[in-house]
Amino acid sequence: MENLTISDPPPPSLQHGGPGGMPPTLGRPPPPPQQLPAQMFTTAAQLLDLTDKKLMVALRDGRKLLGILRSWDQFANLVLQSTKERIFVPPGTAPNQPRGLYADIDRGLFLVRGENVLLLGEIDLDKDDDPPPGYDLADVELVQSLAKQKKQQDKAREKKKVKMLATEGFEGENLGEILL
Amino acid sequence: MLFFSFFKTLIDHEVTVELKNDIQIRGVLKSVDQYLNIKLDNIQVLEELKYPHLSAVKNVFIRGSVVRYVHLPASAVDIPLLEDATRREAASQAGKGK
Repeated sequence: MENLTISDPPPPSLQHGGPGGMPPTLGRPPPPPQQLPAQMFTTAAQLLDLTDKKLMVALRDGRKLLGILRSWDQFANLVLQSTKERIFVPPGTAPNQPRGLYADIDRGLFLVRGENVLLLGEIDLDKDDDPPPGYDLADVELVQSLAKQKKQQDKAREKKKVKMLATEGFEGENLGEILL
Repeated sequence: MLFFSFFKTLIDHEVTVELKNDIQIRGVLKSVDQYLNIKLDNIQVLEELKYPHLSAVKNVFIRGSVVRYVHLPASAVDIPLLEDATRREAASQAGKGK
């Protein structure tokens, strides 16, 4: 689809009247008048310009996938090529760890069901090779074990919080799911 | 449908979207669809150190179901008009329910 902006006029087929206008066609109602191109405001239009780009996909279970978006549908089911999973450990997870750590694991081809997607971000290729500010690349096994430790801590804290809120009559909006 | 139309009037304005996992993302609203999925351009994340995965990202598509709040620029909202429209919509919904 061409890049339409709101200031563009609607396609000529939707303009009626005017000099040299089309005669009214029989049996077909005239299309409704419209100011904005409606096709701009669909899920498909939003995903279309992300196709074949390198994306960061954050999933509901907290995983971050980096890959190239090759295909998708109206439910935001996605196909990602050359996917890497990136694990992060924030600073201070282990004692004497002033900076954050991250590691990548090669995962290959992914088909992600739309309901599991939190957010898609297009990666700025100029910044892609730099590590995130405050973070260093580290050994996969080290990062994995630290991430596991961090997840357990978070889970215990979340559980405590939900329990405490429940005694006051609140229900957690995430229903115990950790969204990070 | 009212809020879908409302968000369409905010396109090209700067908004801050707060997600249910507490991330706050500020950016220019580029698009919205019927599920209130939101597309933001030129994003900037508050508390960047906590969310390193967004450091190299320039624009995002956010699934509507994970949004908690959208902070709007007050100057871009016609509050009396919005109040009027929401009441009208509520009245028409109540009429349909009977």
